[in-house]
Amino acid sequence: MTVKQTMLAGLSAVGLIIAGGLAYAAGQYGPGASDTEIKIGNTMPYSGPASSYGVLGKVDAAYFAMINAQGGINGRKITFISRDDSYSPPKTVELVRQMVEQDKVLLMFHTLGTPPNMAIHGYLNDNKVPQLFPATGADQWNDPKHFPWTMLWLPSYGTESHIYARYILKNLPNAKIAVLYQNDDYGKDYLNGLRDGLGAKANMIIATQSYETSDPTVDSQVVALQASGADVLLIAAIPKFAAQAIRKVYDIGWKPTQFLNSVANGVGTTMKGAGFEKGIGIISANFVKDPTDPQWQNTPEYKEWLAFMNKSGLAANVTDVQTVVAYSNAQTMVAVLKAAGDNLTRENIMKQAASLHQLKLPMLLPGITLSTSADDFNPIKQMQLEKFDGKTWQLFGEVISASGS
Amino acid sequence: MNDGTAAMASEKLAVGDHAGLRIGTWRWLGIGALIVLAAVLPFGLSNYQVFELTQVMIYAVAVLGLNILTGYNGQISLGHGGFFAAGAYTAAVLMHRYGVPYWATLPPAALVGFALGLLFGLPALRFEGPYLALVTLAMAVATPQTLKYFSWTGGQQGLHVVKVLPPAGLPIDRDRWLYLFVLVVLLIAIRVAANLLNGRTGRAWMAIRDHPIAAAAMGVDTAGYKTLAFGISTLFTAVAGALAAIVVGFVAPESFTLFLSISFLVGSAVGGIATIGGAIVGGFFIEFVPNFANDISDAAPWAIYGLAMLLFMYAMPRGVIGSIRPLAAWLAARLKPAAAVGEISATSNKASTPQQTSQGRLE
Repeated sequence: MTVKQTMLAGLSAVGLIIAGGLAYAAGQYGPGASDTEIKIGNTMPYSGPASSYGVLGKVDAAYFAMINAQGGINGRKITFISRDDSYSPPKTVELVRQMVEQDKVLLMFHTLGTPPNMAIHGYLNDNKVPQLFPATGADQWNDPKHFPWTMLWLPSYGTESHIYARYILKNLPNAKIAVLYQNDDYGKDYLNGLRDGLGAKANMIIATQSYETSDPTVDSQVVALQASGADVLLIAAIPKFAAQAIRKVYDIGWKPTQFLNSVANGVGTTMKGAGFEKGIGIISANFVKDPTDPQWQNTPEYKEWLAFMNKSGLAANVTDVQTVVAYSNAQTMVAVLKAAGDNLTRENIMKQAASLHQLKLPMLLPGITLSTSADDFNPIKQMQLEKFDGKTWQLFGEVISASGS
Repeated sequence: MNDGTAAMASEKLAVGDHAGLRIGTWRWLGIGALIVLAAVLPFGLSNYQVFELTQVMIYAVAVLGLNILTGYNGQISLGHGGFFAAGAYTAAVLMHRYGVPYWATLPPAALVGFALGLLFGLPALRFEGPYLALVTLAMAVATPQTLKYFSWTGGQQGLHVVKVLPPAGLPIDRDRWLYLFVLVVLLIAIRVAANLLNGRTGRAWMAIRDHPIAAAAMGVDTAGYKTLAFGISTLFTAVAGALAAIVVGFVAPESFTLFLSISFLVGSAVGGIATIGGAIVGGFFIEFVPNFANDISDAAPWAIYGLAMLLFMYAMPRGVIGSIRPLAAWLAARLKPAAAVGEISATSNKASTPQQTSQGRLE
């Protein structure tokens, strides 16, 4: 802390206390916005155990830089402040407070990870600072009644389960379902989502087994689920355990229709770990265009994305589907800011974010759009199913919507 | 700073009460002024800066614990992040699951830290230097995964802690209240540490550090005192962990990685391992240098961090306080009236001698 900063801080202390972090309506601008600038804050694990996700922040920064080079948003340049929290929640709290209170950002965008976001959830809502589109799919980010300043972006885990439920109700109406889930909020979001989605038919679930992340294997759980007589299996796990489960199901000669949650459907991680031939026929879900899927590679949308990646020095990451996710997320942010026009208060940002109406993004699967409302903070409610063919995931069927009857 | 050593205290008697009293009076006045300054400081700063300083004080308590073990007893620990986590989770679980008020979680956290430290201190008796460091490293690497194992710790998701509010009726906000709360704990911790270190326990610890065989020959129960040093050290660090849980309002396994343990050791070395004031300097280093490094270079903050560490250790090999102290003593001797010079320089020379040997051994 320099002497100058300390002095400045002392002088502005009174002002700060009065403002109390609140978005007071100074004309049309909230903190961090002006005639020339919109300040956006972000935390990412650029170092530490989760540093492989740091590329998401690089895509965001590159995308906003491109928007600025094209003239900005309604004449205003985006200042994107992205700091390294190493996936450590106390560090996230510190950095977010720094960005909100000292850098005076208008909003927090795309902060990564469930624990870091949990750590700042209360703080941002208490201080009425938008927590937009975090990089985590937990259902708790869609709770506008209690947390009106936090909005989901990824299809929530529950949403995904709803989609599996709808498919099962339509195509496997006599299914006996078994569920293997991780024994925490992540796994339970999937289980509860499936129950919800089945509605009156929730008794189709005849067996559930959970595992702890510290368990050495899930072999005994898989055997117990087979013994229940189920003919459909939903795996809601992280890649390591998903791979174990797929392998075990195959090895004991059990042949249920298998659903695998999308967080764990990486070809290079889960499917390779399980053994490619053991995963043939497994069903999962997706919502973006996988850049390695040849069917997209001649489309103008793909080419535009590829040109952006190459121009931004991210050519090494063009096979990583996560960069497509980040690209689409940043586009959503820009769409919200454009819609806010000259009224860049925190209240109006949330209002615009909650007024998305079938927003189309170039790299989402055809037919998938974003919609929100004052009591629905879950923008992406559609996904398309895909089947593993031993090499890659093949999309099939129509885009399925989680809501509606 | 109140970093009197046992050597200093014992020398005072020999030197004579006259000079001793004078130094004591000045020292107490200085300490009093510092405390008053620390207490009014938050009212001139922004909320965020108050929060940062609160973090500094929490790290200072943790580093103080490590200094007791490493600086005063010569045992190296790379696992204090684990004990910090134990304290944090004790507080978080008590608040989250049993509705215990935040201030009442400190004694249980201290107890858990002390008990764990004693348990750890027993096998640690068999190990010296780098081997002990490896044993404690086990604690640091095992902690995050162990925390994920149990459901009462909230597993991978972590635990929310009830938001702490200032007592009703006090015209003070949350950040400043927590600052003052942590300040009081820090002052108590310093007082307790100073008492222990200036008394027979501290002398025994330092004797073991400097020459374990001689200490044993003089009748010091080396095994007992080394185990006790471990317990007291982890007690301090666990209390710091509890404070961190209260202030941050959330705990998760990712909060307590190996890097936290290493940060404590860095903070301890930069501040001066065998000092009490050094813990506060260490707290500042842990809190501010990574952020400062990030401000200088987005691309290579850890290179800057490493460079800062090298510069500190090169310029002040005994840590900031450890290096300033002989200088300050020399200055004090220069500025005193001629009559007192002999006495005071005798005091400071003798006081700093054991420090230097010990530091030399540990470097």
